Amino acid sequence: MTRGVLLGPQRLHPIVDKAADMLGIDGPIAAVTAGWQEREDEDQELCAAFGNRAVNLMLHARAETAFREDPELFAAHRAKQDRLRQLQDLYRLRLASHLKAARRVQQAQAPRDLVDAELEEAVQAVRLLDAHHVVKTQHIQRDFDRKVKPLERPAILKQLKEIEAILADCAGVAIAGGHVAVLYNRLRLFDLGPRLADLPIIAWSAGAMVLASRIVLFHDSPPQGRGNAEVLEGGLGLFPGVVPLPHARRRLNLQDPGRITVFARRFAPATCVALDERCFIHFDGPRWSAGSNTFQLRTDGHLVALH
Amino acid sequence: MPAMNTRLHPPMKLAIQSFLAHGPVDAAAIDKFLRTHSFPLIEGRNATFVYRGPGDQVNLRHWVFGLGSSQPFTRVGSSDFWYHTLELPPQSRVEYKLEVILGGTGTWIRDPLNPNLAHDPFGANSVAHGQGYRTPGWAEHDPEARPGTMIETQLEGTPLGTQRVSIYLPARFRESRRYPLLIVHDGGDYMRYAALKSVLDNLIHRLEVAPLVAALTHPGDRIGEYPNNPLHAAFIAEHLLPFMEKQYPLYAAPAARCLMGASFGGVASLSTAWRYPGTFGRLLLQSGSFAFTDIGESKRGPVFAKVVDFVNNFRENPGRPSDKVYLSCGTYESLIYENRSLVPLLQSTGMEVKYEEARDGHNWENWRDRLRSGLSWLFPGPLWMVYE
Repeated sequence: MTRGVLLGPQRLHPIVDKAADMLGIDGPIAAVTAGWQEREDEDQELCAAFGNRAVNLMLHARAETAFREDPELFAAHRAKQDRLRQLQDLYRLRLASHLKAARRVQQAQAPRDLVDAELEEAVQAVRLLDAHHVVKTQHIQRDFDRKVKPLERPAILKQLKEIEAILADCAGVAIAGGHVAVLYNRLRLFDLGPRLADLPIIAWSAGAMVLASRIVLFHDSPPQGRGNAEVLEGGLGLFPGVVPLPHARRRLNLQDPGRITVFARRFAPATCVALDERCFIHFDGPRWSAGSNTFQLRTDGHLVALH
Repeated sequence: MPAMNTRLHPPMKLAIQSFLAHGPVDAAAIDKFLRTHSFPLIEGRNATFVYRGPGDQVNLRHWVFGLGSSQPFTRVGSSDFWYHTLELPPQSRVEYKLEVILGGTGTWIRDPLNPNLAHDPFGANSVAHGQGYRTPGWAEHDPEARPGTMIETQLEGTPLGTQRVSIYLPARFRESRRYPLLIVHDGGDYMRYAALKSVLDNLIHRLEVAPLVAALTHPGDRIGEYPNNPLHAAFIAEHLLPFMEKQYPLYAAPAARCLMGASFGGVASLSTAWRYPGTFGRLLLQSGSFAFTDIGESKRGPVFAKVVDFVNNFRENPGRPSDKVYLSCGTYESLIYENRSLVPLLQSTGMEVKYEEARDGHNWENWRDRLRSGLSWLFPGPLWMVYE
């Protein structure tokens, strides 16, 4: 099993160096900053945090190069992304009514046992919708892989060869946050999931999110829209069993037990982990542990320390 | 003693009522009452204002349209203690002063017992916050938010002569990226009184608003320049816009250009877009002075004459000046009728319209408090997708 440390935001109080120590990484670290998009190479602070032993894989730039060299690949990739976006919009429509139903049931004035039973079914409906959505996104991705065969195309193979050469010299991997969909796309385009699995991984924010089995987008009080957490895609699945929630204190209403209950029950049995600054989860083979200030959203609506 | 407020269910006894009922109301009791409460005293839908000092009469002077603008305080016996209770619905924000009349001379002062102030070009007013109102956190300085940069420049040879423009570049601005453009009327006032710089820094930092470049204009004679003045419109559309698009990496598309303004600045924004249809695809209009007449003369006076002409013409022939319009107004403003009337008209043009009201008046903090909603709707940021 992959070893790793998942972290919250690192900008103001970085602990990536401590994470590297936890994993015993002694050597160069391959850095993935594709979530920063065109700022990918602004990695001076990150390199400094790792004692200048980070080597940026430059996945965003490599993908752009590959797209320039292979217009057919670019067109197919764009079409796939458009289709995923359209699917996400449709899923979002259905999700809104499912979650609204769950919340209304939760707030209903009726005997507790009836409410609980109905709420369980309402949450099950949301879980089913989420699961179907993941399957549909996987179909779209596999269809793309089957038809376009990106890993057989020279433009990708050229980049992949260089990436593998860098990885061969690295003792670990660091995956930074940023735009979660872009980050996931780049990792997936170069099929890095299996290639990273054998190395210890430090990942934070969006980087942590893409390594789970489901990428969950969330914000309880966005300035526009309903703030319904939604599943984007399946994720790389290197750290199953957790739903990383970076910036949880800013993005989630953690004072609302009702919301926490629905959120946690929706994604159970996976553990929903609030990853704020200085928080971490440490995966050491089959076991995992958490920092003293790292909290879990529990199905009873409470936040409890994972330590 | 003030009458019980019949709008409360069940009626509640106000602190001032209890205080007065448990006499004697001597200096020591008044001292204690003042020491143990903060003012104005907000209880449910009631706000009790208190003044202590010499006077022949004390009035609450406010700018809530629909209420008498001068509300007399009650003096307690022959003491120097005065009070007045006013209905103040939840979430309200009301700016006010106290008028103290002594020896036939009235003086407007800020409420000595209330530390909350709102500043504007004319000075500062005291502010009463209704139950539940909070100054939004995103409007206050956030040390975690990366600050944008301000650049001062002058545009020469415009139809309005040399014009000062302040330019806001977002944090981590890059020449290789492209940005939407926000043109802000009364830019200096938005900066000073509506915390625009902090608001932009924070909302961009929080990913709620897309990183954007803003051009903040500073009018010379806003009453002359703003109401549908062709010279002003030409300055914006033919001088400022090309200048900005030449100097900075902007999306050269209507959907990425927004005109924003409050009060007469709202009129300037709408009339400029109307004169240059297809140029500005976004409008953010706050408490626009959209006075009009259905018949007869406007009673708003000569300052509004050109505004009324414009709005009447616009209502006759609105065209489609923009694509997406955010409109807001305070329910305590006299302009609420005009702004509400504008909504169906704007919608009838096929433009996408978002209209919001707040229990507030015609002031900068009202406009500040609506910026998150307006800007995030017009230029949504990558909040949903970015986790840094």
